[in-house]
Amino acid sequence: MSKPRTAMAGKRTAGTSLLAVVTSGPLHIILIALSIIWLVPAVGLFISSLRPQNLITTTGWWNAFSTPFKFTLDNYVHVITQANMGHSFFNSLLIAIPATVMPIMIAAFCAYAFAWMNFPGRNVIFLIIVGLLVVPLQMTLIPVLKMFNVLGLTGTFPGIWIAHTAYGLPFSIYLLRNFIGELPGEMFESASLDGATHAQIFFRLVLPTSVPAIASLAIFQFMWVWNDLLIALIYLGGNPQVAPMTVTISNMVNSYGGGWQYLTSAAFISMLLPLVVFFSLQKYFIRGILAGSVKG
Amino acid sequence: MPLCLFRPLGGCHMSAANIVWALIAVIAVPLILSGYLLLVERGLLSIAPSRRNRIRPWIWLLPAFILLIVFLVYPVLNTVVLSLMNATSTKFVGLANYGYIFTDNGMLIVLRNNLYWLVFFTLFTVVLGLLIAVLSDRVRYESAVKAMIFLPMAVSFVAAGVIWKFMYQYQPSGAAQIGTINAFLSALFPSFQPQAWLFNKSENNWALIVVGIWMWTGFSMVILSAGLKGIPESLLEAARMDGANEFQIFFRITMPLLSSTITVVTTTLLINVLKIFDVVYVMTNGSLDTEVIANRMYKEMFNYQNFGRASAIAVILLIAIIPVMVLNIKRFGTQKGTNI
Repeated sequence: MSKPRTAMAGKRTAGTSLLAVVTSGPLHIILIALSIIWLVPAVGLFISSLRPQNLITTTGWWNAFSTPFKFTLDNYVHVITQANMGHSFFNSLLIAIPATVMPIMIAAFCAYAFAWMNFPGRNVIFLIIVGLLVVPLQMTLIPVLKMFNVLGLTGTFPGIWIAHTAYGLPFSIYLLRNFIGELPGEMFESASLDGATHAQIFFRLVLPTSVPAIASLAIFQFMWVWNDLLIALIYLGGNPQVAPMTVTISNMVNSYGGGWQYLTSAAFISMLLPLVVFFSLQKYFIRGILAGSVKG
Repeated sequence: MPLCLFRPLGGCHMSAANIVWALIAVIAVPLILSGYLLLVERGLLSIAPSRRNRIRPWIWLLPAFILLIVFLVYPVLNTVVLSLMNATSTKFVGLANYGYIFTDNGMLIVLRNNLYWLVFFTLFTVVLGLLIAVLSDRVRYESAVKAMIFLPMAVSFVAAGVIWKFMYQYQPSGAAQIGTINAFLSALFPSFQPQAWLFNKSENNWALIVVGIWMWTGFSMVILSAGLKGIPESLLEAARMDGANEFQIFFRITMPLLSSTITVVTTTLLINVLKIFDVVYVMTNGSLDTEVIANRMYKEMFNYQNFGRASAIAVILLIAIIPVMVLNIKRFGTQKGTNI
């Protein structure tokens, strides 16, 4: 087998002859049309979020490009101050950051043990974890909610952190075990010959060399928690003090009905951070997805 | 009033108590976990090496195992038991809840909707993803196209719900359409009657499925594109030299070589679409015959407080997913050379 193609090496050299231009015409038209279709909904939302209320409800967003230009930031000011979006933005951060750090740390211990320690049942237990990857979270909601009610964790940040941590573990263990298992064995042998303990090997060798995998995992888990609605809806109850943006926006959809100037700006605020992450860390994000996103 | 740390544009957005909690979670939890490992490792030094090596793995696995058992293994078993009990989990009712699921008219519509999602969402998402992956492989602006198609993967289904509710916005015929789709179709076809896409029972399920396809095509495109790049160019070149046209190359060489990647994408999509919840919750909340399994479960749980039925619905989801689970386990077993 020859080497896989790199991105540019595989390109058919379109456009070298007139014939090529004619035959590749439909190709370009299809691709550009699909790109526009995919982009238009988000662009429409963004432009609408900047238009005043009387215009947004009477004319289509594409009219914003005809003079006189009328744009405003009032919608954003309103949803941040009046509709709880400012508060919810920080709630989303307060939920997502701990819910990203905790599972990675716990999964890393577990993954190291699976990869480099021998114990009876190692393969069977690991395959059970692979099975847990796809268990529908719906199977856990009622018992966990009952437990949270007894412990007073419903509607609190620690409750949702622990829940997201546990739910993120199977995927985190799976991904990190695959990565840590591929690290060169000689590295560990020479370290343990020098008298290093497992703890030293883990903290000084394994964690630093696993940074690429941890980065992909962290982005994946962060985005998953940030965009989650179901878990927040169930374990945080209706408490607006702790509601993340997804919950606040879905409440707005129900109560505002046609308040498009507010819905569009609120939705865009919730997309800001994911878009920044997407454009700046696309490589890691896609790597996390490629690693087999079969998370429950 | 809690001590306020951050107060832009009026209103307290971040209280000191919450910050302290978050710091505990982000800094103290990893420290405590590391401390736990280091302490136990030190303790292990005092026992015989053979026993030490037998105990050590379990110490490293313990934190994860406690969480997995408490939040996944036990709840799954408990839900199976609850599904055989009545609404308040006080009386054993056998399979009555399952009988309800497969006979109640409302439930049958829910199952039908999930079937629509399973078939059409998966089919279109895989085919479109494959089409874009194959076509964009031939142009210089490949990465730009892929970024645009992949973009929706980064946003929440809630935001996507708002985006598309706005796209589907409907005004009676004659009034100015502010929804992109009705306006576009009206401009293109003068005889077109604007549609209330989310309210019309013959269209609303399809309108929701389109949102799902818009969200997930990027996922299937990215994975299929990575598979495509792994096919050696020399193979395609050889076929071309032998006079094969692009369609023959696609169906005789590319497709067979991509089949395992297509299987992975399809199973992942199937698992995810079975549990589809957010988009329906935000856009229609299951009204007008658009309800799906996960939304019905949420309603049984919170609106009707019927834990028996809610649990039975969740078990149906699990049973539907079991074949995929077995497939995954088998795939992993052969991949890693583990024998089970």
